[in-house]
Formats: sequence, C-alpha cells, structure tokens
Amino acid sequence: MSERANRRLDVPPHVAALQARERWSPAEIAFWMFCCAAYFVFPKSLLFASQILITGLFALSLDLILGYAGIVTLGHAAFFGLGAYAAGLLCTHGLQEPLTGLAVASVVAAAAGYLTSFLVLRGGDLARLMITLGIALLLHEIANRATEITGGVDGLQGIEMGALLGVYRFDLQGRLGYLYVLVVTFGLFFFVRALMASPYGLSVRAIRENPRRATVLGVPIRTRLTNIYTFAALIAGAAGALLTQTTQFVGIDVLDLQRSAYLLIILIIGGTGTLYGGFLGAAAFLFAQDQLSNLNAQYWLFWLGLCLVIVTRYLRGGIMGGLAGARGGLLAWWARRLGR
Amino acid sequence: MLSFLGILFDGLAYGTLLFLISVGLSVTLGLMGFINLAHGVFAMAGGYLLVFLMAQAGLGFFTSLPLVFVAIALASVVLERGLYRPLYRSTALDQVLLTIGVVFMAVAGASWLWGPGQQPVTLPEVLEGQVSLAGVGLSRYHLFLIATGAALTLALVFGLERTRFGARIRASVDRQRTAEAMGIDVGRVFQLTFAIGSGLAGLGGALGVNVLGLDPYFPLKFLVYFLLVVVVGGPGSVTGTLLAGLLLGVADVVGKYYVPQVGGFVIYAAMIVLLVAFPRGLLGRRASI
Repeated sequence: MSERANRRLDVPPHVAALQARERWSPAEIAFWMFCCAAYFVFPKSLLFASQILITGLFALSLDLILGYAGIVTLGHAAFFGLGAYAAGLLCTHGLQEPLTGLAVASVVAAAAGYLTSFLVLRGGDLARLMITLGIALLLHEIANRATEITGGVDGLQGIEMGALLGVYRFDLQGRLGYLYVLVVTFGLFFFVRALMASPYGLSVRAIRENPRRATVLGVPIRTRLTNIYTFAALIAGAAGALLTQTTQFVGIDVLDLQRSAYLLIILIIGGTGTLYGGFLGAAAFLFAQDQLSNLNAQYWLFWLGLCLVIVTRYLRGGIMGGLAGARGGLLAWWARRLGR
Repeated sequence: MLSFLGILFDGLAYGTLLFLISVGLSVTLGLMGFINLAHGVFAMAGGYLLVFLMAQAGLGFFTSLPLVFVAIALASVVLERGLYRPLYRSTALDQVLLTIGVVFMAVAGASWLWGPGQQPVTLPEVLEGQVSLAGVGLSRYHLFLIATGAALTLALVFGLERTRFGARIRASVDRQRTAEAMGIDVGRVFQLTFAIGSGLAGLGGALGVNVLGLDPYFPLKFLVYFLLVVVVGGPGSVTGTLLAGLLLGVADVVGKYYVPQVGGFVIYAAMIVLLVAFPRGLLGRRASI
C-alpha cells in the first residue's frame, strides 16, 4: 500500500528506504504484544520474565556502543552496577519513590559514562578492552572495600521500595514489578529505536563501518562516540536500577567481570546491531542457564564456552542473523515455487 | 629495612613468574595483533601437567619441567592450527569471544578432571627452606625462580637479537608486509613463536603452583595480570615485558604487605593511568594497540 503511495508521489528510492527503516514491522509488534500477553499467560514466572526484560535492556545498551558504534568493552557492568547501587542507596537514604530513583540512578550512570568516555575512546581495541575492564574492576574493588556504605560482599540490604507514583505497591509475585519493568523498557526501547533510525543513528553506523570515510563526510566522530557512550551508560544504569527496585536487593555481583562477559555473550548469541538481538539473547541465555546450571554449574560453563566458539566460528549474526537467514531462504523457496 | 629487602625479593620472584607466563602473549600480540585472553589456560595446563607427572607418573620435579614445556608447546600448535588461525584477520571482538569461550571450556574441563580444590606440589628437598644471605632469609625456591627467570631471559634476548630466527621475528613484528615481501613466511614464524611462548607459559604455570596457587579458575583470576604486564610493557617487547612484570610483581607484593586494606585498587588505577599516559606501552615496538 505505502509502496504504491510512494511511487505515486515520486519519492526517491533512498528516502523510501529510510522510511522503511522507521516503520514498525509486524514481527516487532508481535514481539511487544507477546511481552504484554506474558503478564496473563505466565503469572507464576513474572519475576523471571522481569529478569529477562532487564537483561535485554542492559544488552540493548551494549548493542548501542558495540553493535552500532563498534566500541569493544569488557566492563559494561560498571554502569549497570552504578545504577543498581545508586537506586539502592537512594532508597535506604529516604528517597523511596521508584520513578525518581530510576531517573537519578540513570543520571548517575550517565555522568560516569560521560567522564570515562574520554579515557575509553583513546587508543585501539586492546587499550579499550583493558581500560573498560580496569574501570569495572576499580568500581568492584570500591564496592567491596567500602563496606559501611555498600555492605561489601554481603550486598546492600534493607531496601524497601515505596509505592509507585505514591499509589501502587510492589507485590511479592512481581506482578506490578513486571508491568513497571515492561513499561520502562518499552519506553527506552522506543526512544533508542527512533534514535537509531534517525540520521544521527546512521552517522554512528557510518563510524563503525569506515571511520575515515565518516570523517570525510563531516561526521564529528569524537563527539558522536562520546555521547553514544554516555547514552548507553544511561540505559545500563536504568537497567541496574530496575533490577534493584524489583528485587529490593543489591549484590556485589552486579559489578562482576562475569556479568560483563555474559552480557557480551548474550548480545552475540542474539545478534548485534539489531535492537532485538539483546532481548532474544537474554531470553535464550537465562532460560538455558536456569535449566542447565541446575544440573551442574561446571557443565554449564563448558557448554557456554563451546557455544561461544561455535557462534564466533560458524554462526555469525546470532539468533537474529539465523532468523533473517531462515526468512530469506523461505521467501526464496516460495518465489521458486511461484515461478514454477 | 631487612624485612623490606625480603619482601622486595618475594616481589621479584612473583614478577619473574608473571614475566615467564606473559612473554609469549606479548610476542604473539605484537606479531599478529591477536588478542588471546586464553593465554592463562596454557599456564594452568602446565601446572596441572606438573602435578600429574609428579603424583601419577612418579617423575621428579626437575625431569617434569622440560616435559611440561614440550607438551604445552605441542598442544598449543594444535590449538593454533585448529581454532586461532582463521581469526587473525577478524575483529578484536571475535578474538575476545572465541578466546573467552576457550577459557570457559578450560575452567569447566579442569574442574571436571581435577575438582575445584587447590593442587599441592611437593618440592624436592634442595629447593625447600631458606638460605641466609647477609642477614636476610631468602626462600630457596624463590632464588631458584629468579635464577631460572634470568637464564630464560638471557636465552630469549640472545635468541631474538643474535639468531636468524630472532631477526625474522623482529622483522615480522616491525612491519609484517615488508617482512613477507623479503621472503619471510610470517605464518610459520608466528606458529613457532606461539609454540615457544605457550611452552614458556606452561613452564611458568608449573613453576608457579607453589606461589600463585592452582585451581580451575586460574586463567580468569590472573587474566588481568597477564594482560596488564603485556600492555604496560608494550606488545612485542621482551625487555618491556620483563620490566613490567617485575614492576607489577614488586608493586603487588609490597602493596599487599604494607597497605592490605587497599587491595587491588592501586593496581587497577595504575593500569588505567599507564594506559592513558603510554598508549604504546613503556617499551612498545608497535605503533598502537
């Protein structure tokens, strides 16, 4: 329908392609409908579903800098942990309204992202890996040592969330928690999607594809990378705050190196640069972890490692890449049948 | 003062181990730009092999060490051919993911084979106890470590600076394309260097069982240390790696002794500052990392 309308109005093909990027596809709508339906279909596992959405949001923030901007990091958990601790500390110090806590925690993480972006954006891939890793380790060490403030290894306890908007209280089954997480996640996702479909998003992609050419085209590389890094830190902080608010606890593992590594794996399994890869990867990863690590924690690590090796060697693009490939194959098969 | 000398000495022994394990990583990183986060796996494998050879096969400590070196070097060639080679030209992300995968599998495999506990090694009597040198009690084992490290460093520097193969390695690190144009088979040079470097890591891991400890999480626990030594020393530089290893070893031991409440804080902060101030490493050969 719209294609025909475009042809009639003589829209140039590149503009038509840009418009097509912005349009919500049926699969996307189905995805979010499914997330809403989950509230009614799986009332017993809403806590787990919240975990998946939070991890997906966290992976989305990594996707922004890794999948779109091409910055390799091994310390993204730093911002997740900052958001988590900020939300928890705000709550124990009297500010118990969740939405305000979420906003403040995100801003704290964003500020840290902005300040560290200048360190991270220097040097090549290896230097970036090491600096991000160093920052995360530094924060972990601070959280570990400052026991009076953070509770150290025991985690931050005594968080009692206030009522959402002063009216709705969190329940033990996580029903309100799930809705809260879903609304916040969708809101942030909506914004990220619009941003990435905009010329701004295209310029960020251009930097990853070919930095030299992007410079020639007039893309201010340093500014772009600095603010996309800050924005990713903000989303990671929001994800961390959501975790604190729905579980009412902050463990020191929010800052672990393992969390950064798992996040990379989640995004790679799901597929980078696709926006949805993080969510699909999170669902697959957490589900597999739940099933396999119950059998034996050590075997889980083995299968995870094997999965990584196979994905990097043979399955480029992860789940999203596989789905796109399957769709392409199906369409080609259908076209052949029609042709005959 | 005397106790400080003793601590300094322990730091030097620790630094020697870090150097032995990391030097292979440094040269291969400088040569191929391949980010091998799984380098610690070779060290761990060396440690377990030593434990196995001594406890199960009943070999002596000194006979086991060369065997460990050879076995790990051979095993690394298989890994290099099978897994690493296709990824030399791909992105840093792919290399990181693949090698993290290898680390995870190694951790799981080690805990399956040997269990999660620490592994003990009984040292030969010659290396036990202390010698008193000018009033300072020095552990014999640490003396042995430093002597071994010094001998291996001399051999490495001699090999790199004075032999034909060493000249090939230096040429390949400095400018790969020109080296290839001069008829140097960089792939072959890399393979041999990788094998020697991994063998040294295995040897370092075997020597370090009593100092660093040995459990399945070894490659993850010391990952930061190995990378730090390499990045600070400058990839591709043997003397830089030695300097960085000794510095880090002494700083870590002295820090843990005098200001234990600070923990790893100083090391991580120093790493960030050094990386920002010296993007090429202290004595790096390559233009950037």
